[in-house]
Amino acid sequence: MNSGLHDRTNPQRWSLSKALTTIHLDAILLLGLFILLAVGLMILYSAGDQSTALMIRQLTRMSAAFVVMLAIANIHPDRMRDASYWLYGAGLILLLGVLAFGHEGKGAQRWLDLGFFRFQPSELMKLAVPLLVATYLAERPLSPTVFRLIIALLMIIVPSLLIAKQPDLGTSLLIASSGLIVIFLSGIAWRIIIGFITVCTAALPVLWYVMHDYQRQRVLTFLNPESDPLGAGYHIIQSKIAIGSGGLFGRGWLEGTQSQLAFLPERSTDFIFAVIAEEFGLLGVGMLLILYLLIAGRGIYIASQAQTSFARLLAGSISVTFLVYVFVNVGMVTGLLPVVGVPLPLVSYGGTSMVTLLAGFGILMSIHTHRRMMSP
Amino acid sequence: MSSRFALKDHFREGRLINDRLIFAALFAGILFLIVMVRLSILQVVEHEHFSALSNQNRVDIGPLPPQRGLIYDRNGVILAENIPTFSLELTPENVPDLANTLAELGHIFSMTDEEIEKIDNRIKRQRGFRQFVFRQRLTEQEVAVFSVNRHRFPGVDVVGRLIRHYPQGALFAHTIGYVGRINERDQKRIDAQDYKGTQQIGKTGVERYYEELLHGEVGYRQVETNVQGRIVRELQSVPSTAGKDLFLHLDINLQRVAAEALGDFNGAIVALDPKTGGVLAMVSKPDFDPNLFVTGISTKNYSVLRDSIDRPLFDRTLRGHYPPGSTLKPFVALAGLELGIVNEQTQSFCPGWFSLPGQDHRYRCWKSHGHGKVDLKKSISQSCDVYFYDLAHAMGIDRLHDFLDPFGFGHRTGVDVPSESSGLSPSSEWKRTRRNQAWYPGETVISGIGQGFNQTTPIQLAHATAVLAMRGVNVRPQVARASRSNGDSKLQLLTAEKTQTLAMDDSRHWEAVIDSMVEVVHGKRGTARHIGKNLPFKMAGKTGTAQVFGIKQDEKYDADTLAKKLHDHALFTAFAPADKPEIVIAIVVENGGGGSKTAAPIARKLIDQYFGITADE
Repeated sequence: MNSGLHDRTNPQRWSLSKALTTIHLDAILLLGLFILLAVGLMILYSAGDQSTALMIRQLTRMSAAFVVMLAIANIHPDRMRDASYWLYGAGLILLLGVLAFGHEGKGAQRWLDLGFFRFQPSELMKLAVPLLVATYLAERPLSPTVFRLIIALLMIIVPSLLIAKQPDLGTSLLIASSGLIVIFLSGIAWRIIIGFITVCTAALPVLWYVMHDYQRQRVLTFLNPESDPLGAGYHIIQSKIAIGSGGLFGRGWLEGTQSQLAFLPERSTDFIFAVIAEEFGLLGVGMLLILYLLIAGRGIYIASQAQTSFARLLAGSISVTFLVYVFVNVGMVTGLLPVVGVPLPLVSYGGTSMVTLLAGFGILMSIHTHRRMMSP
Repeated sequence: MSSRFALKDHFREGRLINDRLIFAALFAGILFLIVMVRLSILQVVEHEHFSALSNQNRVDIGPLPPQRGLIYDRNGVILAENIPTFSLELTPENVPDLANTLAELGHIFSMTDEEIEKIDNRIKRQRGFRQFVFRQRLTEQEVAVFSVNRHRFPGVDVVGRLIRHYPQGALFAHTIGYVGRINERDQKRIDAQDYKGTQQIGKTGVERYYEELLHGEVGYRQVETNVQGRIVRELQSVPSTAGKDLFLHLDINLQRVAAEALGDFNGAIVALDPKTGGVLAMVSKPDFDPNLFVTGISTKNYSVLRDSIDRPLFDRTLRGHYPPGSTLKPFVALAGLELGIVNEQTQSFCPGWFSLPGQDHRYRCWKSHGHGKVDLKKSISQSCDVYFYDLAHAMGIDRLHDFLDPFGFGHRTGVDVPSESSGLSPSSEWKRTRRNQAWYPGETVISGIGQGFNQTTPIQLAHATAVLAMRGVNVRPQVARASRSNGDSKLQLLTAEKTQTLAMDDSRHWEAVIDSMVEVVHGKRGTARHIGKNLPFKMAGKTGTAQVFGIKQDEKYDADTLAKKLHDHALFTAFAPADKPEIVIAIVVENGGGGSKTAAPIARKLIDQYFGITADE
């Protein structure tokens, strides 16, 4: 009769959290991801003209990505560390393969057709770069020496340049930043960081002179999208209209005219944030951003609780890079940053990035659930 | 392995990384604050601005063209209607490859390169989002052929439209006129806002004169469009107001009889109701089919009409300048009575010719051996020229001109059909100012019988005769009788301008002249006595024969037609019943010979038709 009450006090009681831990999943992270994916599906339904076929494809991808996440979560972080050089090497070869005989999609060579499915090697590099840099830097005491720092930078720059050449500037910058975050977390001296930033800032005017005309045009369009309302500025103008007309509370789900009447380009992929802003208003996007912060926050917490420097660096990089993704996408859609073509993580329609992102969370879960129990 | 990594201080490294993690988290937090500020600016501060832009994006205002008013004759027979047709329209903005599309369409509809090029030029002159009518009045087969090939032509559609149609064909071609495509000249005289969506505009005749009334008011429809401009749904609409229907004084039966009676002759007939000024019939021959113009006349058809020496497009009733000939005589006689130069008993002697004192030149009477003693009545009924040579000479041209002026000679009548000519009633002043020449007495002499410089239009002749018939009551001729708003059963009368009355010093003078005109038809020796039989009332008339010394129509001199072209014009003016006139008729038969022989019988046919007289011949 009161066995339930006793159950609650029983230290041996069954708990969902513990059950998840045994299959190396983190309950909090999982909950956050589920909510985000559900919200993403709902938005996609609206942005994708209520196409059920689109929903089914996205659900299929989610399921596949979940399987990947679960699989990776069950790999011990040490095995990842062991595989890091191999993965990175394979990624580099594939990138070269893409440049040699890759598939063109939307004017850029990013895809490699492996017969049964098409694959973007750059997605592999999103994880392989921070993995390798974390492995390499954690081999020796931190902070790294200047020599090791230069080697680490090379590890980042080579794949970034290859991807930039595809051209896929957005992914290239994200991969570079994921590697740079590892370096930052590894504790390099502040004067090096400040010096680096100073040099980059000073290089900007020089860069302007060596840029192609069309690249300059892009920068100018970014600075003043109204100068080219039907060409390059069209995306950003329509996106701002969608966001601004959403107001505080939004027009309501499926009621956004910018999205539903197709004025907003790329609305189910890169510009899906504008759909959310139009239909759910400032409150809606605010809650979405908080959800992102909570997920990344859990990741950072996992990093801080990790037991090796390698795991801390890797988990920290994955979590912070996740936020960078969000920031770059939202910054682009709101006109804060130039249009570089970065999807909104776990919400935008598209398969490969979802698999990569959930694989990243699989790594986080693996790190968290493979901790050796310490004595209290 | 352990010795190599013994130097690693896990605790210190952990703290180092965690410090950096906290820093990274704080930095991320700042970035997110920036994003939130940005979003707040867009969604709260600039919300109104972007909402407006969003609405501009999706809301499109399209015109709803009004339906053009119909035109009826006095019996309610329809003279101009709107019939549904299919036309092929293209929106240049939505056509990816215009040149290629035009070429392909030209192929489908077997059009020449020249035609296609013309269309191409016209498209380039207009705005890209405006629909362009590529081809009108598609046949069922053409619609079918296009539908099969529809997928090859984005931006091209078959559109159902109402177009103007004139079921009576050529019968009212000049008076009703026709509508046509709005051209650049038309655009200057219309309010572009009102004609959004309207393809046609009145070009000539009543269609043009009453354009504003017939056109109606444009409506609007607010629609939500998607990014391709396709209409998703209607948000709001203001319906158009159809143009008013027009009811004319014209009587189709009378018109038909008039047109038939004129036969193959070129010429003009005008019949008026003198009490109201209503135009009962208005025929100008040769005529043309106005339906050809509605959807744009082909170059070939147009050049046939334009180049014909008979000038079918020319409205003779309003613009044909003819010497009035003897039809002017009643007015000259009235002038003689009013000015006290003659009275009813005054007699002239007609030996068959007249000479000015001290001159040898003989002005001949049409009757070469003369009328003998002629008084006023005989001068008109037998149309003695000598009597009027004498009278005009005594009167002088300026007194004659001043007397004729209030009858409207030399002035436009102001009839509600555009492009009327004013004719010419000469005076010495006119000749001095216009030609810088002195007036010669001999010119006065021939003016007395309506020759010389005198030029009248048939509508003018009819109008002047109506003033005479009504004993001075002057009503402006008018084709339209009433209008009716759409959905309204009540007619709104379009009354002519205020009636003026022309008073004579002695009103018996009217009767004297009119009696003489009755004598023309009913007298034993009247020039039109052959048409006066079996009438239940008296009718008044006047025959006229105008010598052809070149009507001012820039005609080409053609040897083949020379003989016919040299024939006299036959004229006849009439009204009936003489005491209480209900109808006034003016007839000009070009090269018809004598007015008595050719023109007068036409008048009788009109009278018979109008009064329902069945003549037993």
